[in-house]
Amino acid sequence: MSDAQVTREGLENVRPGREARIWSASNGGRRGEGPVDHPRSSYYGNSIINPPVWEELDIAGYLFLGGLAGASSILAAGGDLTRRPTLARRSRLCASAAIAGSLTALIHDLGRPARFINMMRVVKPTSPMSIGTWILAAYSPLNFATSASDLTGIARPVGRAAGLGAAALGPAVASYTAALIANTAVPAWHGAHREMPFLFAGSAASAGAGFGLLAAPLAENAPAQRMAMAGAVAELAAEQLMERRLGMVAESMRTGTAGKRLKAAKALTALGAVGAATLGRRNRVGAALSGAALVAGSAVTRFGIFAAGMASATDPKYTVEPQRARLDATR
Amino acid sequence: MGAATGGQRALTDRLTGFDLPTPRDWPVLRQLRGRDKLGRGAAVKSRGSETLTARTHTADRVVKSVCPYCAVGCAQNVFVTDDAVVQIEGDPDAPHSRGRLCPKGSASLQLTTGSSREQHVLYRRPHGTDWERLDLDTAMNMIADRIVSTRRDGWEWENDEVRTRRCMSIAALGGATLDNEENYLIKKLLTALGIIQIENQARVCHSSTVVGLGTSFGRGASSTLPGDLQNSDLIVLEGSNMAEAHPVAFQWVLEAKARGATVIHVDPHYSRTSALADMFVPIRAGTDIAFLGGIINHVITTESDFREYVLHYTNAPTIIREEFADAGADGIFSGFDPDKPGYDPTSWQYQDAFMAAASGQRDQEGNLTAQGPSGEGQSSGDARGKPELDLTLQHPRCVWQILKRHYAGYTPEMVERVCGIPQNVFKKVCRLFVANSGRERTTAFVHGVGWTQHTIGSQYIRAASILQLLLGNMGRPGGGVMAMRGHASIQGSSDIPTLFDTLPGYIPMPHAHTHHDLDEFIAGDAPDKGFWGNMRSYMVSLLKAWWGEAATAESDYCFDYLPRLTGSHSTYDTVMEQIKGTVKGYILYGQNPAVGSANAKMQRLGMSKLDWLVVRDFSLIESATWWKDGPEIESGEWRTEDLATEVFFLPAASHTEKDGTFTNTQRMVQWHHKAVEPRDEQRSDLWFTYHLGHLIRRRLADSADDMDRPVLDLTWDYPTEGRWDDPSAEAVLAEISGWDAGGELLSAYTQLKDDGSTSCGCWIYCGAYADGVNQTARRKPAREQNWTCSDWAWAWPANRRILYNRASADPQGRPWSERKALVWWDAEQGRWTGHDVPDFQADKPPSYAPPDDAVGPDALAGDDPFIMQADGRGWLYAPAGVGDGPLPTHYEPQDSPVRNPLHRQQRNPARQVYQHPDNRYHPDPDEPGADVFPFVATTYRLTEHFTAGGMSRWTPYLAELQPEFFCEVSPELAAERGLEHGGWATIVSARGAVEARVMVTDRMTPLVSDGRVVHQIGMPYHWGRNGYARGDSMNELSSMSLDPSSHIQEVKALTIDIQPGRRPRGKARDELVKRYQERAGITAETGMAP
Amino acid sequence: MGGSGDGLLNVLLAGGDPATESGYDDHPPRMGFFTDTSICIGCKACEVACKEWNHVPEDGLNWTGWSHDNTQGLGADTWRHVAFIEQRSPVGEHQSNFQRDADSFRWLMSSDVCKHCTHAACLDVCPTGAIFRTEFGTVVVQADVCNGCGYCVPACPYGVLDKREDDGRIFKCTLCYDRLEVGQEPACAKACPTDSIQFGELDELRARAAGRVEQLHEAGVVEARLYGHDPEDGVGGDGAFFLLLDEPEVYGLPPDPVVTTRDLPAMWKRVGIAAGAMLAGAVVSFVGAGRE
Repeated sequence: MSDAQVTREGLENVRPGREARIWSASNGGRRGEGPVDHPRSSYYGNSIINPPVWEELDIAGYLFLGGLAGASSILAAGGDLTRRPTLARRSRLCASAAIAGSLTALIHDLGRPARFINMMRVVKPTSPMSIGTWILAAYSPLNFATSASDLTGIARPVGRAAGLGAAALGPAVASYTAALIANTAVPAWHGAHREMPFLFAGSAASAGAGFGLLAAPLAENAPAQRMAMAGAVAELAAEQLMERRLGMVAESMRTGTAGKRLKAAKALTALGAVGAATLGRRNRVGAALSGAALVAGSAVTRFGIFAAGMASATDPKYTVEPQRARLDATR
Repeated sequence: MGAATGGQRALTDRLTGFDLPTPRDWPVLRQLRGRDKLGRGAAVKSRGSETLTARTHTADRVVKSVCPYCAVGCAQNVFVTDDAVVQIEGDPDAPHSRGRLCPKGSASLQLTTGSSREQHVLYRRPHGTDWERLDLDTAMNMIADRIVSTRRDGWEWENDEVRTRRCMSIAALGGATLDNEENYLIKKLLTALGIIQIENQARVCHSSTVVGLGTSFGRGASSTLPGDLQNSDLIVLEGSNMAEAHPVAFQWVLEAKARGATVIHVDPHYSRTSALADMFVPIRAGTDIAFLGGIINHVITTESDFREYVLHYTNAPTIIREEFADAGADGIFSGFDPDKPGYDPTSWQYQDAFMAAASGQRDQEGNLTAQGPSGEGQSSGDARGKPELDLTLQHPRCVWQILKRHYAGYTPEMVERVCGIPQNVFKKVCRLFVANSGRERTTAFVHGVGWTQHTIGSQYIRAASILQLLLGNMGRPGGGVMAMRGHASIQGSSDIPTLFDTLPGYIPMPHAHTHHDLDEFIAGDAPDKGFWGNMRSYMVSLLKAWWGEAATAESDYCFDYLPRLTGSHSTYDTVMEQIKGTVKGYILYGQNPAVGSANAKMQRLGMSKLDWLVVRDFSLIESATWWKDGPEIESGEWRTEDLATEVFFLPAASHTEKDGTFTNTQRMVQWHHKAVEPRDEQRSDLWFTYHLGHLIRRRLADSADDMDRPVLDLTWDYPTEGRWDDPSAEAVLAEISGWDAGGELLSAYTQLKDDGSTSCGCWIYCGAYADGVNQTARRKPAREQNWTCSDWAWAWPANRRILYNRASADPQGRPWSERKALVWWDAEQGRWTGHDVPDFQADKPPSYAPPDDAVGPDALAGDDPFIMQADGRGWLYAPAGVGDGPLPTHYEPQDSPVRNPLHRQQRNPARQVYQHPDNRYHPDPDEPGADVFPFVATTYRLTEHFTAGGMSRWTPYLAELQPEFFCEVSPELAAERGLEHGGWATIVSARGAVEARVMVTDRMTPLVSDGRVVHQIGMPYHWGRNGYARGDSMNELSSMSLDPSSHIQEVKALTIDIQPGRRPRGKARDELVKRYQERAGITAETGMAP
Repeated sequence: MGGSGDGLLNVLLAGGDPATESGYDDHPPRMGFFTDTSICIGCKACEVACKEWNHVPEDGLNWTGWSHDNTQGLGADTWRHVAFIEQRSPVGEHQSNFQRDADSFRWLMSSDVCKHCTHAACLDVCPTGAIFRTEFGTVVVQADVCNGCGYCVPACPYGVLDKREDDGRIFKCTLCYDRLEVGQEPACAKACPTDSIQFGELDELRARAAGRVEQLHEAGVVEARLYGHDPEDGVGGDGAFFLLLDEPEVYGLPPDPVVTTRDLPAMWKRVGIAAGAMLAGAVVSFVGAGRE
């Protein structure tokens, strides 16, 4: 019965409709059992987070090229300091080409490319993309300067100094992108945020060194060979750790497109590393092939990671299950 | 598409400009300067954000308006900048809507300012294959020419030697979406032209409500308002999908729940309404009378009625004539004539007293199908003699005993057999009813078209009325029967009717044969007791309003100018006349029969036989384009070149582009102000009717022909205003409200005289313009007045908000309960007082006993609360007025899979059926071939769409929410028929075949009725072939089979077959239907027998 | 520089009023939504009112068969989304005399919207400052700044933001920032026929919501629970929170969302280490290889 009254004075016990009772006790005494027997895991299988709207070629390419550029700058500077002119020059040019490509990809992927300038509006430590943009803003000119002076022969000392500067920023360029993709709600990326920097740094090193093997004569490729092996090992090791850490989410890296790519990437990287170790200093062709394999391995790795992220974002289970497990653990 | 409306800048638009900071407010520097070091707030705010403001804030003016969709009549604020509407929102001051709007109301900005409205006149010449442009003047003149000539050709002075003075060759349809002032002018002009076939949506939506409530209580309108539901202890929603069809009114149901009220939803289909109810009771479509009869039986047998109320306020003690024979086992009352078929209701009368329905007697002579309030007509009694009462209720022929016998068979077991409702559930409902009624508590019924659209629809409403009278719920807070109506002014288009059988204020249209003059008309149609006793005053004042100077005592107030009826001229009869070729001209005012009326094929067939058709609407609805892209064109049955109908499309103005009043579902007449002028060739129907009237009068100016006098004598001078010379709606409203000889505006219908000294266009609206103030434009905020909010707009009659509220007090005038006080007798002041305006003579004491010779209102006692009734009582038993019996009786729908378990009579014996190859009916349940259409289909509305879609399928924001026609089926039926969720299904009846997407859902549940499992299929009916969201129309399946009293069609329960897959295209579609007809052995006779 | 950011980033998860944290000295109280799904009638007035006010484009006809939901989820062109969930569940009632395997049923409806998180990942990761915290503590995308980099899209743990393809920029609920500026309530809350969407000062809403849950529990609706109300949760509490009648994932909401930037300091650290290691590795490679 309602406790509403209309007395001669007017309405009494008025309560707002938002306090309406639902499925009131008048209803069959089935209270308290709680809901049962209905799909619990998702809303019509719809993804919970919105998957990235990034173009694969742009962003995966940008990740790879950034790594290649950063590592190449280091090799270039090293080659310069250790009088390995071919390695130095070719790595230098590679870095410039790569970073140019990387920037192009980044801008191309913007919904409003003309507004790239807005990246310079703020400095946001909370946004790896903001920090990255500022890094690139410093790194790219140094890079282009050293390449230009090398090609034209103008102001060589300045060019060399710029090259050293670029080399100093190289590692940052090569690895900040790890934070960039890890700092999202994408399960496969965020879940791997601890290993991703090492994976990217290693992958970058093996890519840069791989190019060194490909580009430099046997006489000059000793550092590239050693760096390639170190990078490859780091990349493969980080990937192992990452997949273990990800638990059920790792499935998104083992299956589908991502699975295929990452398997291929591992094979290429391993092959490249072994090739570099065995033929790297003996056989120009072998060195070149090993180097090519490493470059390819690094590229395919980035595309694989990208695909894994997309897969893990699209299927709600990768978002729900870890969170559900976390909750149940705390309950 | 159509998203960017109004041209004002919302946040997203405003900020599209590029933000280029000057060096000194470069955000990086602001980061370093200010506290927002991380650049996540103050430091990065753009100039766009800095200068942001709301267009509602900067608008030039705010215009008060009313939502144009459903009949809740939510008040709107229309924001205007640079003479463009930039935003439409709810008006927070409104007592009924409290500033809220449903999705449709929220989309009214896009509806009115979007790109989907036609801007220009379109013309299709006879046999033309496409539209042509035509300028408005030319079109208006062409239409005037056609009306004049078609009228002359189709003129009829006599019918069977009886004067009819009418034009049968022109018909009009539509009015529920228009303003009262527009309907008034349309009815006035067309009646003067002798046109009687004037109809609107009210016929197909709630005409049976008018009959049911009118015969039971005296007025055919909702007795209460949604806001009063907050005072209910129990709310029973039956035949109403309130949360979906009237979302904003539903807030009052939640308000009641917040206070502990219980809510029951009884419906064939689990809707968004059910989701919020405490109890959902699935019922087999078309069996509500069995269900309600069962509850009535429970109340009577357990004597749990509110006896004091029943004795004094109902006709329970009244003794009925000996000749009366109850329906009994065979299910047919006395007085049935199988040849008509129909009833002669004389044997149903009171002992020694004659209760005739207002236009009943006359009508019955000619045609037995349209009794009493005859459809939209108003009920009243013609009390000659004094009813004999037995206050002990023991007399075997007293209404109480008859009622008891009539429903004795409606047991819980029978309710389960008929309705498929488990007995324990049914008993629980009975218990709730009884527990929440009586002196201390009240129960309210809420119904919509789920109850009205049946071949026995009027009796559904009667059954609920009986229950409410037995339980003493009428006229009391939280009680009553809340009829939820569907169009902005569908109540208004019943009050000021664009309907064939009534004149403004429910005065019956005169019938042919014996009505020779005004006196005989009054003598025959007006009772001598109650407020209908003053009908002559109402009638004479109306004739004065229409024919002014010409209406004098000498001219019999021009009574003879009125055309006469010879039976039913409802929209469905009109369709048959079109097919026959009698009707040659047709005007559609915002109605879309090709989608919204039963048997859409018949509607198009009728239109295809016309010489000319005028369509006034926002967009190119199906009823405007059937000649080029209708289903018959698709199937190749018709060729466009062969179709001779000339079609005029005239774009209409929207509610924001004209002044006028809507009457909402609670009888509240609300004024909406013009916010902007209509564009291009868009015009209001007021403009159209007024200027058309002048064009016609100019053409007839020199005529000496007597048939043209009514047109030429018509009062037709209204001041015009605005860019397009719109007639002043306020002037029209003033004419409706009325004035006296001195031109003084009247304040109440009690001032009306029968000597020609007063003029009033609609007596129940008398006072709407009292003291020269537009009472309907009053908008005193709800928080500044009591809960009945009588200072918000104006309600008929006499601004009373809850009807029959005298019944909220006991015979001595004290509230039945102090927790249910509404109006009561104040002895000191010697008048009735309370929260509401008393629906009673304010100074008539409870003790008043009328002298024997008293007539009119004075003949009613101080404890006769139903002041429109000739005996002042609520009618449990209707001695007249309802065409198919004094008591509701369960009959199966026209097409039903179940044999009537309660009575031998399968279908309503008095129902109206039409024999036509395109309107075939299905076999009886036990006939061979019945199983060809094994399933029950029921129809309903969705929140996201509006009726036949004319105002929602073209509105992208609504269309995207429900983009396709779908049908809802239970998992059990899906399994049985192999229907796939998300796939397609083809649904077939003897009338047509449609395809719909399949929604398999637990919300549909099978029932067991009379031993067989009955599967029910739910179908929203909004779609058609035109517009943005398109689909087949449900009404391709429905048949023309009508309730006899109200002529409403049965579309809430029919039988169909359903098969997986899409329907065949082209010819194959008709062939499929033909095959089904053959398999079912359907002939012209099938389903026709009484 | 991972380190340098680190110090600053400590404020990332600081409690306190987000507007104050974002550099507004005197500002209005934090405003928000409390969406009580127990009284939602699924009418979608919120969806339409939002589109009308904000001129959000209609985004196509797509019949999904997801009960009455043909909108599917929040995105650039849907800032309010009403979810419909049909369940066989003993709390509803649905009895005909036909024996079906489950005679009980209930229909959940819920209007979803941007959560305006206390710790908003979209806002943290936005490289242009297009997304910012308003003085009302709400989170808004400034369309005159946004360059459509899309970083915020995968950053949001609720899947609120998305790119409007033909426009290139990102759009989401602004909690009607322009209306708030002039003291008007958001369009969706104003339209809502049943007050399922309640707008107001967040503190007051949280108190009201707590009372509502208690009320429902007393009425025996044990499954009623609040979502996003807790300042201690992974996003520091939502500015728009909900009363749900089932687990969040049933409504398409993450059960335990955490703002991704919570781990950003750790990420920067590791980026720093990895970068250092890379440089060291390179040096070693050269040093070991000696000079030619």
